[in-house]
Amino acid sequence: MANMTLGYRALTRFGLGPRGDDDIAAAARDPRGLLKAELADPGLALLDAPGLVRSADAAKMLFARVAEVKRESERKPDMPAMGPAAAPAPPPQKPPPTPEGMVFRAEAFARIKRAAEAKAGFVERLVAFWSNHFAVSAAKSGFLRVTAGPFEREAIRPHVLGRFADMLAAVERHPAMLAYLDNNLSIGPDSPAGKNRRRGLNENLAREILELHTLGVGGGYRQADVIALANMLTGWAFVGAAGVLGEPGAFVFNVNTHQPGPQTMMGRVYPAGGVGQAEGALADLARHPATARFVATKLVRHFVADEPPPALVETLARTFRDTEGDLRAVSLALVDSDAAWSAPPTKLRSPWEFLVAAWRLTRRPGEDLGPILGWLTMLGQPLWQPAAPNGFSDLSADWATPENLKLRLDVAARLAERVRDLPDPRDILERSVGAAASEQTRMAIARAESRQQGLALLLMSPEMQRR
Amino acid sequence: MLAHPSRRAVLATGGALFASAYLPAFAAAPGARDARFVVINLRGGLDALSTVAPLGDPRYAELRGPLALEAGGANPALPLDGFFALNPSMPTFARLYRAGQGAIVHAVATPYRERSHFDAQDVLESGLPRPVSNARDGWLNRAIAAIPAGARVAARGGLAIGATTPLILRGPAPVIGWAPQILPNASDDLAMRVLDLYRHADPALAQALARGLETERIASRMGMQGGDMNKPRGGLESIPGMRQAAQGAARLIAADDGPRIAALSFTGWDTHANEGPLDGRLSNLLKGLDGAIEEFESGLGPLWKDTALLIVTEFGRTARVNGTIGTDHGTATLAFLAGGAVKGGRVIADWPGLADGQLHEGRDLRPTTDLRAIAKGLLAELFGVAAAALDRDVFPDSAAAPAMKGLIA
Repeated sequence: MANMTLGYRALTRFGLGPRGDDDIAAAARDPRGLLKAELADPGLALLDAPGLVRSADAAKMLFARVAEVKRESERKPDMPAMGPAAAPAPPPQKPPPTPEGMVFRAEAFARIKRAAEAKAGFVERLVAFWSNHFAVSAAKSGFLRVTAGPFEREAIRPHVLGRFADMLAAVERHPAMLAYLDNNLSIGPDSPAGKNRRRGLNENLAREILELHTLGVGGGYRQADVIALANMLTGWAFVGAAGVLGEPGAFVFNVNTHQPGPQTMMGRVYPAGGVGQAEGALADLARHPATARFVATKLVRHFVADEPPPALVETLARTFRDTEGDLRAVSLALVDSDAAWSAPPTKLRSPWEFLVAAWRLTRRPGEDLGPILGWLTMLGQPLWQPAAPNGFSDLSADWATPENLKLRLDVAARLAERVRDLPDPRDILERSVGAAASEQTRMAIARAESRQQGLALLLMSPEMQRR
Repeated sequence: MLAHPSRRAVLATGGALFASAYLPAFAAAPGARDARFVVINLRGGLDALSTVAPLGDPRYAELRGPLALEAGGANPALPLDGFFALNPSMPTFARLYRAGQGAIVHAVATPYRERSHFDAQDVLESGLPRPVSNARDGWLNRAIAAIPAGARVAARGGLAIGATTPLILRGPAPVIGWAPQILPNASDDLAMRVLDLYRHADPALAQALARGLETERIASRMGMQGGDMNKPRGGLESIPGMRQAAQGAARLIAADDGPRIAALSFTGWDTHANEGPLDGRLSNLLKGLDGAIEEFESGLGPLWKDTALLIVTEFGRTARVNGTIGTDHGTATLAFLAGGAVKGGRVIADWPGLADGQLHEGRDLRPTTDLRAIAKGLLAELFGVAAAALDRDVFPDSAAAPAMKGLIA
């Protein structure tokens, strides 16, 4: 394969697409080196920006507002109280932005901005991959709306180039995950709280840890293992608004709701031992061979092909096992393999990847990022809001649908229209796709009736849709 | 609305969108029903026992505790047949039931017996007897392909509501999609140029885009472009969102040249905590579903008499309440049938009972009816799909679950 094409592939298969400056030429000089340089930068995955707050602080803002609304409704008793069942009719005019809406937008815009500005964007692709692997949904509640963004910055980003076991441990104790999968409500039946109240166990988090986060559905666990892990996880919660157990909104291990006694999961006994009991179970799950295979399969499916080449999966799984889940080493193994580069570009970009790639090519400094959030929702991938805990699909068939292509066309037209003083789209093609452009795409753009139409054609071209 | 006359003209005359294999060789037989079939998938696992309650089962009230429906009280369940009663959040379905246009099959499950949402949904949608990684096509699509040549339904393919096509409708038969949207349409000229580029450079994308543009053409003619119809009103777990999806689907399948078969998914049924069957989350979800049924009834108008809705979910929930006033993943659940074509006014159930020894694995409602038998019965009687095709192609290896008879009036 010509170096120009390899450079283009580095930026599209592994990265977030060319920005149209000189990056395609630079990538062609050393395609693997470009990606490895990102992996070698320890702080590259971290994200902090003015206006972003810790999840506990975001939670406190939310608690304060809920208390405020409650006081308001008590002052005016005829006003309906806030709650999931309240206010079925939408208000006629747009309400003022809520604190949780503002926190969410600040987080979302920081993520989009980082993706738009990243050099190759390989590390950002890894962030999005792991964030989707450990999916939470901001749509579940106000608490999730304010903590979904901080969750990615606090539990995912610090470990994307670190150890899988550390990411798993950080994810499962994060208040966003505990709230999303109901663990904060789960109570050991024989715990002090369980004996007093008629509440008890909730299996949700334990099941998804085994099925989605570690072993995978064929990973060899049974219903009894789900219950054992759920028992171990009782007491993993976050502090409520009153702050009885600590800082409101922060993780807490609540002995009062923890199921006492040893538990047996997958043939192994975990002695009673407070928070360490489930931590031990998570550590064992992280190093389980089924986890290595599950994670390797998902990575290859994401980056390379819907039908992951088995040899490449095995290479990554072996690296995962040999390095005790060193995710930098696993990512390097992907970059170093020939199979990851030689596979034809059959994957359709997800809506996130398509919109970011299009934005990198056409963005203007200081432009409003709001439309991107709306378009992500329209294209079926609302940011941090998958419909279920298995996250958004990584299969092309799920995105290459009639409605999705038609909506992408509408977005491409809109993106192209908004750009004034547009350069010749043939030059943009050279600087973004370059030698990898097909003759048909070149011709279609050359024949466009306007610069805007030429740009829209470029955004819709197979070169921009597939990777 | 003549905003894009040229695209419509192109598509109407030279479009050749659908492979010729799906074009009818001859018109439907005189007097044959031009049926509509809609599958609504409730993702997350519907709690059947708080939706259609077996009030006549002696164990029910005790087992369900705070989630039990009651015959009396402030918010009584709606009586059905003396044994079962319906959640009061579904007045439209109750009315249809009384009019003989609504039926319930209770203690239903797919062949899947584990408790993963995602495998369970794959089994439900693929129509395969067990989970298969990366299943490629779904039973509703294969059903379209199996419908005898000449029926209008085969020519018009299927309709998927939403920005993506669910597995149940993926496959060789043509599928179009529709979702409320927030952007103006791209110009016809651009659309034709992109389509032309795809035809030369990427035929798979060409096929998908062509079908997307085809839906837009029908939607435009049915008055669905511009105005309120197209503005998203809420997610598919909200009451207005569910209604809107149903309204859009009803318009598209009512069009004479529109599809006859549609699939919708509603989300949010995974009620692990604070389930609220009468005044909370489940109640709101059921109101949304009930509203969607009402939208189909009113939107299809005179076609309602030839319509069957099949409402399904991947599995049921635990018979007992869990520790957080909700229910965890279970096994048997129920299926709703609604529409003028349905022989309704009855709850079809070989009731397994709720005593400890009668529960599946001591925790879930035990399945006594295979969901595939219901779907096969509807496909056989609505569209004349042959038993051999149902057993082999639509639901592979399903001969042991033969089509249920007499579901269609």
